[in-house]
Amino acid sequence: MSFISKPKVANPSLPSNELGLNRRDYEGSMSTLCAGCGHDSVTAAIVQAAYELALPPQSVVKLSGIGCSSKTTAYFVAGAHGFNAVHGRMPSIATGANAANRNLRYIGVSGDGDSLSIGVGQLAHVIRRNLDMVYILENNGVYGLTKGQFSASADIGTKSKKGEANEQEPIDPVLLALALGASFVARSFSGDKEQLVPLIKAGLSHSGFAIIDVLSPCVTFNDHEGSTKSYAYVREHSEAPVAADYVAPQREISVSYAPGELLPVTMHDGSSVLLRKLDPDYDPTDRAQAAAYVQERAMRNEYVTGLIYVDQKRRDFHARANTTDAALNSVPFERLCPGAAKLPRILASFR
Amino acid sequence: MQPTNTRDPDYYHKVVDCQWACPAHTDVPEYLRLIALGKYSDAYMVNRESNVFPGILGRVCDRPCEPACRRGRVEEKPVAICRSKRVAADLRDDITPRLPKAPAKKNGKRVACIGAGPATLTVANDLLPIGYEVVIFEQYAIAGGLMRTNIPSFRLPAKVLDEEIGYVIGMGADLRLGSPVASMRKLLDQGGFDAVFVGTGAPKGKELKLPGRNDTDRIHIGIAWLESVAFEHVDKIGERVLIIGVGNTAMDCCRTSLRLGAKSVKVMARKPRGFFKASEWELEDAEEENVEIIVNHAPKAFVVADGKLQGMNFERIEYVMDGTDIKDQRVVEEVFIPCDDVILAIGQENAFPWVERDLGIEFDKWDVPKIDKASYQSTRPGVFFGGDAAFGPKNIIWAVEHGHQAAISIHKHCVGTPLDERMPRGVNLQSRKVGMNEWSYKNDYDASARRLMPHVSLKDRFKRLNIEVELGFDAGRAAEEVSRCLNCDIQTVFHASLCIECDACIDICPTDCLTITTNGDEQDVVTRLKAPRLNPDQPLFVSGPLKQTSRVMIKDEDLCVHCGLCAERCPTDAWEMQKSWIKIPYAEDEARCQSEPALRRA
Ligand SMILES: Cc1cc2nc3c(=O)[nH]c(=O)nc-3n(C[C@H](O)[C@H](O)[C@H](O)COP(=O)(O)OP(=O)(O)OC[C@H]3O[C@@H](n4cnc5c(N)ncnc54)[C@H](O)[C@@H]3O)c2cc1C
Ligand SMILES: Cc1ncc(C[n+]2csc(CCOP(=O)(O)OP(=O)(O)O)c2C)c(N)n1
Ligand code: SF4
Ligand code: SF4
Ligand code: SF4
Ligand SMILES: [Mg+2]
Repeated sequence: MSFISKPKVANPSLPSNELGLNRRDYEGSMSTLCAGCGHDSVTAAIVQAAYELALPPQSVVKLSGIGCSSKTTAYFVAGAHGFNAVHGRMPSIATGANAANRNLRYIGVSGDGDSLSIGVGQLAHVIRRNLDMVYILENNGVYGLTKGQFSASADIGTKSKKGEANEQEPIDPVLLALALGASFVARSFSGDKEQLVPLIKAGLSHSGFAIIDVLSPCVTFNDHEGSTKSYAYVREHSEAPVAADYVAPQREISVSYAPGELLPVTMHDGSSVLLRKLDPDYDPTDRAQAAAYVQERAMRNEYVTGLIYVDQKRRDFHARANTTDAALNSVPFERLCPGAAKLPRILASFR
Repeated sequence: MQPTNTRDPDYYHKVVDCQWACPAHTDVPEYLRLIALGKYSDAYMVNRESNVFPGILGRVCDRPCEPACRRGRVEEKPVAICRSKRVAADLRDDITPRLPKAPAKKNGKRVACIGAGPATLTVANDLLPIGYEVVIFEQYAIAGGLMRTNIPSFRLPAKVLDEEIGYVIGMGADLRLGSPVASMRKLLDQGGFDAVFVGTGAPKGKELKLPGRNDTDRIHIGIAWLESVAFEHVDKIGERVLIIGVGNTAMDCCRTSLRLGAKSVKVMARKPRGFFKASEWELEDAEEENVEIIVNHAPKAFVVADGKLQGMNFERIEYVMDGTDIKDQRVVEEVFIPCDDVILAIGQENAFPWVERDLGIEFDKWDVPKIDKASYQSTRPGVFFGGDAAFGPKNIIWAVEHGHQAAISIHKHCVGTPLDERMPRGVNLQSRKVGMNEWSYKNDYDASARRLMPHVSLKDRFKRLNIEVELGFDAGRAAEEVSRCLNCDIQTVFHASLCIECDACIDICPTDCLTITTNGDEQDVVTRLKAPRLNPDQPLFVSGPLKQTSRVMIKDEDLCVHCGLCAERCPTDAWEMQKSWIKIPYAEDEARCQSEPALRRA
């Protein structure tokens, strides 16, 4: 932990976005995580993505549970709204907030313990709900905050710092999300911002639930030899079948490509994501193939990264529930609450 | 790109912008930290080692360090380096016990120094402690050179000069005042000296040959006039004074005029403001005293009627500018400006009427001696030049640096070793880590603005010629000002073999100095830097290949604020904060490494 805060002084060449804000304006308070923690790099990627998308800070809602990863919402977009839920319960809070105001951007940050151990039930249902949010799962294979116990994402055979091997089956959040019908599934690595930043931007532009499983090494408890979530291991064992580039709305897609090689996906807000196939046989819109591909690679100790699956057609939570377009705080009280007199009529309509 | 060789002493030296820009390479950040701690005497001694005259230079140095200061690149104003030096001098205790001392037993070598300006005094300062006998010949009855005769006492009080010159003379120099050297031949033939150092300055003020120049005695040559004022031969001037030229001499002439009775002083400039030679701060100080600076006026003639100076005719010029360059110019009109006195301040030259031209000391076609740029030796072995005498008018801190280098050469000449085999500069590094995230320097960025220098009020300052205008910083203000220093000498030292490429340093760096990317040639690599390279003169550090991906760590030193956060956020100590000491060799170091037999042989 540093005793000084990051000096406000910035590089004079730092550019500004359409809002007149520069990247530094999207930072939060100083991280108290261990030096070298992958989570801090994910924070930096979120800062970069929010800056590049020119998100008005007050339009962003940061949500998290408990864990080192969950602490990081304090470290980006200081001007955003935020809520730290109890352990594993961020999806419920996100659902409530999103139900009340669908016009904000929801960024959830969680850990593998928060999401896959105590919070796996909540995660499962928020996926099913297709709630419009980006869910960033900072995956380090351990409970970092409580000093390095194996989490539910620890691979079989991976070693703790003391040398014990894990024997329980891991939960792969990517496979879980595919199984439960998530509409945007990605995986990345904290040490690869070139891949991660466009994925976060695409996830934020996606309408529906976008989960990004970010392998984010814990330098203190899980970066040793024998770990399958160390910087060195993840670098050695990652492979992306597609590369995703984000293209802002109103921008021309300027790259030329051979047919079949590049797949532009138009997002809800008019932006597009260009998927460049690195593996010509891979189809990121084929859910069954995606699941099989990820599983098959996992057996060969390989992490599939990149935008693994995207489905723009699946209706999100609000569309399915046929809710009003307006944020509830802008709906006049009389409309929001029909009043005691109207209650019998409403009840009667359900008889 | 090849990995950067940080063992080259110049690499880290360049990062300390002020020290690199200082001709004498004063270890600025080191003394600023000592001032912050209230250790004024220590700060004084750090200064003295390189610049010999901290009290003098803390007032009147040309301060090339300040335009170079890193702080001026990350925000508007540099650290007030020069005025902080003055604080060290003003608030020091008696440091005489800490001064170098001449050994009782001399080495038997005699050196003659001509002129008692800062160049000569530095030669004496360096040679006396290693056993030389130094004889100084000065034409005037007082030592100090232009510092004494030309820099006005309202900028540089006599007491400060006396003290610091006294330290050098007190080491045992044989100072012969009122002893002009009229013949170099005689000195060489009959003096019995092993070496001669010429530190006679550039004493000739330039003339302005225009109609009427010789028809009145109210036209003065700036440096000669200032000298007459210093020696109290002149104590008044007319009410309306015109100064021709806008260099630093002009600024001293106009401000001195105001103290000798002038009511209206106009500084006449041929060109627009961007072309002035005077430093920005000297212009500010003059304008604060209501000196009028009139631009775009070229002198045409002195107007003298009935043997009395009436004024001057000027051509008013209109310039066509292309950015900061003059593209074209034309004369718009001729104007007459009345005055009682004119002071010419358009430059000075060195002149050596007393050096015979058949002594093997060669002069070039402009009658300037041919001097070796590294050794300061003339074409006659054993005769050295330094200060303004060597390459024309510069300033005190350059004169000091010439003096240091000439002293090394004189020593090498006397012991018979080749002048060009000089000790190289060195660099020492030492960690500044004292705890997990603790450093033995203040790494927190202090955002406060540069402190203003308090001045004696306009009402009071003209009462006497020698009222020092600048009051100096008090201890509190000095402590605040020096904490603006970014500690550029606390270097970020990188160990490529330890880096796990976690990106923590890249993410935390406030000024985006750091990049990890694939290697390539320089043109290619700079396109991938996290922030564009604004200042190609600033060093770029490139590491060897990193373990996990073979990419390289690159640091653009330009805007690093030495906050140490990269080192704090690095999990493996791949970045470390280390204090660099740039080892600048002096004559004393040469003497110490000289082998005994060589000394005896010589
Ligand atoms: C008006 C004015 C203002 C200046 N202000 C500043 C300033 O603010 N800051 C700054 O850094 N620099 C300033 N300078 C420049 C600075 O003073 C000189 O660059 C510096 O003093 C040069 O030092 P020096 O040792 O080479 O020679 P000098 O200081 O010129 O000393 C030469 C000495 O040699 C003596 N001498 C000459 N010929 C003989 C001889 N034949 N025999 C015996 N003795 C002889 C002279 O009497 C003199 O004492 C200023 C110069 C002028 C003219
Ligand atoms: C209800 C509850 N149970 C247990 C804990 C203790 N606890 C705090 S953080 C944590 C695990 C966090 O792991 P993860 O989400 O992977 O975060 P990391 O620190 O690894 O980023 C646990 C078990 C708690 N805070 N609350
Ligand atoms: S910030 Fe300090 S060390 Fe750096 S150049 Fe300025 S005075 Fe020198
Ligand atoms: S010390 Fe490190 S973090 Fe601070 S500005 Fe310099 S390179 Fe950046
Ligand atoms: S913080 Fe240290 S280990 Fe991480 S990238 Fe920077 S130098 Fe390498
Ligand atoms: Mg975890």
